[in-house]
Amino acid sequence: MSAPPTSPGHQLPREHYLNSTYGIRSWLLTTDHKRIALLYLVSVTFFFFIGGLFATMIRIHLLTPTGYLVTPETYNRLFTMHGVAMIFFFLIPSIPAVLGNFLIPLMIGAKDLAFPKINLLSWYIYLVGGCFVLYSFSTGGLDTGWTFYTPLSSVYSNSAVTPAVIGIFINGFSSILTGLNFVVTIHTMRAPGLTWFRMPLFVWAHYATSIIFILGTPVIAISLLLVGLERMFHLGFFNPALGGDPILFQHLFWFYSHPAVYIMILPAMGVISEIVPTFARKPIFGYSFIAGSSIAIAVIGFFVWAHHMFLTGESTYAALAFSLLSYLVAIPSAVKVFNWTSTLYKGSISYDTPMLYALGFIGLFLIGGLTGLFLACLGLDIHIHDTYFVVAHFHYIMVGGAVMGYVGGLHFWWPKITGRLYPEFMARTAAVILFLGFNLTFFPQFILGYLGMPRRYHTYPPEFQVFNVMSTAGASILALGYLLPMIYLTWSMRYGKVAGPNPWPATGLEWKTPSPPITENFPVTPEVDWEPYDFAHRPDISLTPSTPSLAPAHGDD
Amino acid sequence: MQSQLPIYPEQASNFAPHVDALMFFITAVCVFFAVAVTIAIIVCFFKYHRKSASEIGVSFHGDSRLETAWIVVPLLLAMVMFAWGAIVYVNYRRTPSDTLDIYVIGKQWMWKAQQPTGLREINELHVPVGRNVKLILASEDVIHDFYVPAFRVKMDVVPGHYNTMWFRPTKVGRYHFFCSQYCGTNHAVMGGWVTVMEPAEYAAWLSGSTGEANPVAEGEKLFAEKACNTCHFGSGLGRAPSLNGVYGAKVLLADGSTVTADDAYIRESILQPSAKIVAGYQPLMPTFQGQLTEEQILALTAYVKSLESQPVPAKGAGIGPSKGAK
Repeated sequence: MSAPPTSPGHQLPREHYLNSTYGIRSWLLTTDHKRIALLYLVSVTFFFFIGGLFATMIRIHLLTPTGYLVTPETYNRLFTMHGVAMIFFFLIPSIPAVLGNFLIPLMIGAKDLAFPKINLLSWYIYLVGGCFVLYSFSTGGLDTGWTFYTPLSSVYSNSAVTPAVIGIFINGFSSILTGLNFVVTIHTMRAPGLTWFRMPLFVWAHYATSIIFILGTPVIAISLLLVGLERMFHLGFFNPALGGDPILFQHLFWFYSHPAVYIMILPAMGVISEIVPTFARKPIFGYSFIAGSSIAIAVIGFFVWAHHMFLTGESTYAALAFSLLSYLVAIPSAVKVFNWTSTLYKGSISYDTPMLYALGFIGLFLIGGLTGLFLACLGLDIHIHDTYFVVAHFHYIMVGGAVMGYVGGLHFWWPKITGRLYPEFMARTAAVILFLGFNLTFFPQFILGYLGMPRRYHTYPPEFQVFNVMSTAGASILALGYLLPMIYLTWSMRYGKVAGPNPWPATGLEWKTPSPPITENFPVTPEVDWEPYDFAHRPDISLTPSTPSLAPAHGDD
Repeated sequence: MQSQLPIYPEQASNFAPHVDALMFFITAVCVFFAVAVTIAIIVCFFKYHRKSASEIGVSFHGDSRLETAWIVVPLLLAMVMFAWGAIVYVNYRRTPSDTLDIYVIGKQWMWKAQQPTGLREINELHVPVGRNVKLILASEDVIHDFYVPAFRVKMDVVPGHYNTMWFRPTKVGRYHFFCSQYCGTNHAVMGGWVTVMEPAEYAAWLSGSTGEANPVAEGEKLFAEKACNTCHFGSGLGRAPSLNGVYGAKVLLADGSTVTADDAYIRESILQPSAKIVAGYQPLMPTFQGQLTEEQILALTAYVKSLESQPVPAKGAGIGPSKGAK
């Protein structure tokens, strides 16, 4: 282990947010953002587990061309419920509601979020929405695909669509309230000296994400409500037999659900922007470009939705406009990747677990982002739209990107959250297993897609089998990669080495308070008089420049 | 044929080489950037590995020339991808005029095709090699998608309106087609085979099958059964415009605009007659929404199409002046 210099001799603080009060009521009625974050941690892990279970069954089923395990009806329910559980109840809340909730007040030197009770309310709304969806899963399941395309979902499906859309509708308000809470907090509660351009990039990323939460979520909520109304009361919004337009639903759905992709990836980008400078021990390259690109992604991301619809028969002019805009939104993502990579140059790079996750993220996000260029290309999309190429692409973004960012962030802030370190060797092994397993699972699916295998197939022609077997093999490695952290992180909560306030060390305000923090976060309101990620001028961190006062040649500043 | 482990499907249409060339170009650009970034990360990772526990990196905060470069260069490359892709797509969406028209109807969970002669197929599609083929796509229920990987073409089949797609098969053979828009329980088995034949063989195949109802005859029968002929007189003297010669012509509407009487217009006029009223006529026609299957609508359309060569009455045709000008 690349021994953090501060390890030995640390003791947990006598009183902190975890032991200040006891009992089930002190958790279920808490307004402490840190405790609410842990409530979210438990609940999103639960949904991740359910979604993962469905994914495992899908991959086992696809081992053979005729299908191995389940009937077509069940298979369709499995991939639908996998998508709904993972997207609406794991990926969207994961980083914002767990890490964002825990860290934003700490990072900006505040006692809590602006509206602590609304923060707790968000969690309860999430639970109520989750219960409706679990009810749908357990009473007939859901077989519409997570995209709920009409008129299949609103007329033809024989599954429990209504409780599911009600659940997602309700859950939307949790996102909206969280977004509002973050925006108000970031605007009004920053510590003295913490100007906008001194904020951690994690906070910038969450600011951008919150904008999407507030502006986008109402649209998905209302469109799913319309599906429910059409299903229950036969109001003709989307069903052509009642005078509706099925394509209208796709416009409404993707108006939210494309920006929702950025809800999932932007916070992960924020995590990476914290980890990379910390473990390269130098200021991040192009701070303002990374911050600005988050906002650019959030804004342009609202104007690309119809690139999911190039082959619905939409007008050629609309297709041209949306393809062009989709290429534009790729640029800010590219800017981030180049800036993270440049940050490594002349750094002091460690092999700590969060860094492995961050570098893995960059590699996987690179592939996921670049394959977006294939799908944005009108001519190429004719062939690869709705094939496994799309499945591979969005898993590279959402699992390779968002989940790697989430797990990496959990490792990075685990000492802050629990006060203890996880077993470093085991964690590095798990990170490598995850990376390899992920690639083996999803890379073959790009080839499957180009060969023409459509998505959502419970049975497939035999010529596609080789790549499906590779994918299933990879998935079993991937599953191990997820189980390991669940085990050792849980273990470390009790048996891990005590971390101390700043084990890596890192420059952010959250590291200037004990681990775990006290309920009020800081004994006195901190003041910020340093630039972000600046190790060279931080006597409190007590690190020395490696090559002191080597007169910089040129271009180094 | 290809190796045991192919990485792209056969090229069997005019679009396949173009789509594959695009694929090759974008892959080349992306591999270049992916490899460059990956090498940079790996080199830095080992070269700048932390030597002592308290070592920090060299501080520098950015470089605006670099930032400009890596905004402008990817943007230019992206614009090339966009433009090239747009050319292929526009070509695909703009159907040539000399096509062989085949109707394809998707329903849960099968495909029905109808050749111009009226010959029907289920989960099979026969087309001649070297001829531009247009598929007119309709759905009886939910959204489907007709996808032929070897041709690199697909198009959604949306209930409530027609989509069209076209291709020119370039290679004789049998190729998979799939439904690629999730459509319910048996989505995965809603597929079949496209057979590309030599033109002579195709003609022989078409004439060799008998016993199929002619869509024009079927349409004519329906036209009487549904009492369309009580208003739509060929002479133009009825309460509704004559349909002689109307197919493909410009129709003058009550609001002064004109519309081309294509398949979609005829379909809409049957299902939602009041959507577009012909100039000089009252909105009297009842809707046939829900009373006709997609196949019956196609038969009626075929019948109206067959009236294209009938004499157009001087009055009561509903055909706009632009036709006369042509």
